[in-house]
Amino acid sequence: MLELLDEFSNSELSRKLLVKVKEAAQEYIHIHGRKPVFMEVCGSHTMALAETGVKMALKDHVQLISGPGCPVCVTDQKSIDAMIKLADGDNRIICTFGDMVRVPGTEVSLMEAKTQGKDIRIVYSPPDAVRIAEENPDKEVIFLGIGFETTIPVLAVALKAAIDRDVHNFSMWMTTKLVEPILRTLLESQEVSLDGFLLPGHVSIILGKNQYQYLVDEYNIPGVISGFEPVELLGGIYKLIRQLLEGRVEIENDHSSVVTDEGNKPAQLLMETYFKTVDEAWRGIGIIAKSGMDIREEYARFNAKNRFNIEVGEPRKTKCRCGEIIRGLISPEACPLFGKACTPIQPIGPCMVSAEGTCAAHYQYMRED
Amino acid sequence: MKDERISLAHGDGGELAHRLIQDIFVAAFGHNDQARFDAAIFPAASQQMAITTDSFVVNPLFFPGGNIGKLAVAGTVNDLAVSGVTPLYLTAAFMIEEGFKVQELKEIVNSMAAEAQKTNVRIIAGDTKVVERGSMDGLYINTTGVGFVNEKNLPRPEAIAEGDSIIISGTVGDHGVAIVSARGELGIKTEIDSDCASLNDLIRNVVENVDGVRIMRDPTRGGIATTLVEIAEDFGVTMEIAEEEIPLRNEVKGVCEILGYDPLYLANEGKVLMIVNPSDEKRVLELLREHELGKDAKVIGQVTGKEKGRLHLRTGLGSTRRLNRLSGMMLPRIC
Amino acid sequence: MCVGVPAKIIEKQEFSAVVDVMGSKMTVGIIFVPEVEVGEYVIVHAGQAMSTIDEENALLSLEEWRKLVDARTSG
Repeated sequence: MLELLDEFSNSELSRKLLVKVKEAAQEYIHIHGRKPVFMEVCGSHTMALAETGVKMALKDHVQLISGPGCPVCVTDQKSIDAMIKLADGDNRIICTFGDMVRVPGTEVSLMEAKTQGKDIRIVYSPPDAVRIAEENPDKEVIFLGIGFETTIPVLAVALKAAIDRDVHNFSMWMTTKLVEPILRTLLESQEVSLDGFLLPGHVSIILGKNQYQYLVDEYNIPGVISGFEPVELLGGIYKLIRQLLEGRVEIENDHSSVVTDEGNKPAQLLMETYFKTVDEAWRGIGIIAKSGMDIREEYARFNAKNRFNIEVGEPRKTKCRCGEIIRGLISPEACPLFGKACTPIQPIGPCMVSAEGTCAAHYQYMRED
Repeated sequence: MKDERISLAHGDGGELAHRLIQDIFVAAFGHNDQARFDAAIFPAASQQMAITTDSFVVNPLFFPGGNIGKLAVAGTVNDLAVSGVTPLYLTAAFMIEEGFKVQELKEIVNSMAAEAQKTNVRIIAGDTKVVERGSMDGLYINTTGVGFVNEKNLPRPEAIAEGDSIIISGTVGDHGVAIVSARGELGIKTEIDSDCASLNDLIRNVVENVDGVRIMRDPTRGGIATTLVEIAEDFGVTMEIAEEEIPLRNEVKGVCEILGYDPLYLANEGKVLMIVNPSDEKRVLELLREHELGKDAKVIGQVTGKEKGRLHLRTGLGSTRRLNRLSGMMLPRIC
Repeated sequence: MCVGVPAKIIEKQEFSAVVDVMGSKMTVGIIFVPEVEVGEYVIVHAGQAMSTIDEENALLSLEEWRKLVDARTSG
């Protein structure tokens, strides 16, 4: 099996496939007088396209716009400030994914809070935070739950563990995001014009292919679900261009080794059991109705928002243009801070911090100077 | 006495301190002749000498493939060796937290002695300080190394030219992954050993037999990418390495996939990067591969131009992208 | 959005399993793939197995791309 999966990053096959993608794109350019424009929705796609060199290799043939799929990047500043503020209290252990710790808050980042003596721990898996709570019964352990549909079910697993084992000192601060509401918002705003979506490989494991049918039925825009290896990325882009050339508008599943039509039922059930959809604030966009999930009332005692009284002021204004970047309106180089005042070492916006941020991807992999 | 622990009295210069020095350090390093004086006197056999110093802080102190003691000897030996110098003498200073287990200290000191013997260097001076519990984390070691210069064996960076070959002596990222695994924080267990080793033997075999070595560096913290970026900037050259040519263990690849680490930025403690005249490439590879520590040596790229100070990576797809220094700390990315 | 890694199930308990990721071992939750069996491959994200990997579909997908590049390059 591993040999088989390895083939998806086979360089000979990728190079040949690259030629095919370029040929198809050329055909499109010949007809329409412009490059086809696709949005990769997922932050891991943004990183993979940059890291594998696919984006650079296609720069004269296909315009790839990074979408709103990096969880920390789309989280609005007030939520970030609130999560960092949680670290302020005594006797608390803040558990988080690695991506969050360097995100600058209006005052400090979690990393800076840690250097000031706060107990901030990076965990790989959310249930680990529940275990930490059990090991530290005299401390409040708070997990910062960010993420899209791939991660939300894993947050549900952690919450379930805390409920089942009655871990009284564990709570979770959720600012999670859902894919469908943001794609609808982007399409309805008509700020950016797209010919198709490269749909996220892992979110789709949970959602399933059929869930994207609204793109076709309501917005007449095609999408292809793709994996993260060079052959899969190129294959997904190739299928999108073929749809355009053949006048088809469909959702295609190019990642059927792990993505089914219906998605993962146990994961969907777990999400519904513990969470409800709520309005969420998105960076640079504002509140989108029912665009996130939070803990249901019956489990409110595990909701850090109920447990702690956190108040934050209006975030400090910066020239950071993350908000426009996550909407696909501008590329990082158009931001006056990019690579100058804002670098991964001294980030100003979250897009420069997260391993999936568009600015970080550009800085790390596509910067020439 | 199995559970004996270091106390502040071990560092106060009195009887306990004396015993600690005699029983642990002198016994292991066999430097009684020098230990009787405030300074060690040693014969010098060359006009020019080289000196380097490094402090070692590692968590955990014991890891698969070594411990802080072995690391403290090998690390300093390697800094001399990659400069084309024959390492001969070391000093070792220990900062110990009150309560540290004497048995563990013995084990660490014995590894240092064993590594020093293996490498033919002598530890001839040392120091011990004990600090209050909680004011540091276990044990830190500083080593300073002195070596003699043989003009003929020095690298010649001024001769670096377009077309020069970039060679790595083996697989990359082993130490970084062994440490992540040994910490156990992220729940990943891997069989991989740290590559921690003294490279002086391996390197001597090359520099004594080949004239075309331009530059050598050991890619420790920051990994091969950071080290090559530094070379590119320090010597004003542009270099390109090929992703597919970089030797990588499967276990390292796996851990990097799980945590989102880039192996090019993971630490190595027993690898050397060499930039050599292309006409010597074959010979250098042969010489490296003769040695156990160099059996996976490979050419991973070339110097592609002068004056620009940049490093590029050629991906499997055939496109290139620029590699920069590690920006900040590598953190496990999840979502 | 998320990192996913192929991992082989080598030991299965009721709610968790030990997996091998290219020589490294870790324990993952299997609540989303309760039917998974020892020897099968799964995609792991944040400590949970998210989906089994269907070998047949992976093979079909690869065949599709191989056919495409071969047909056009020879034609």
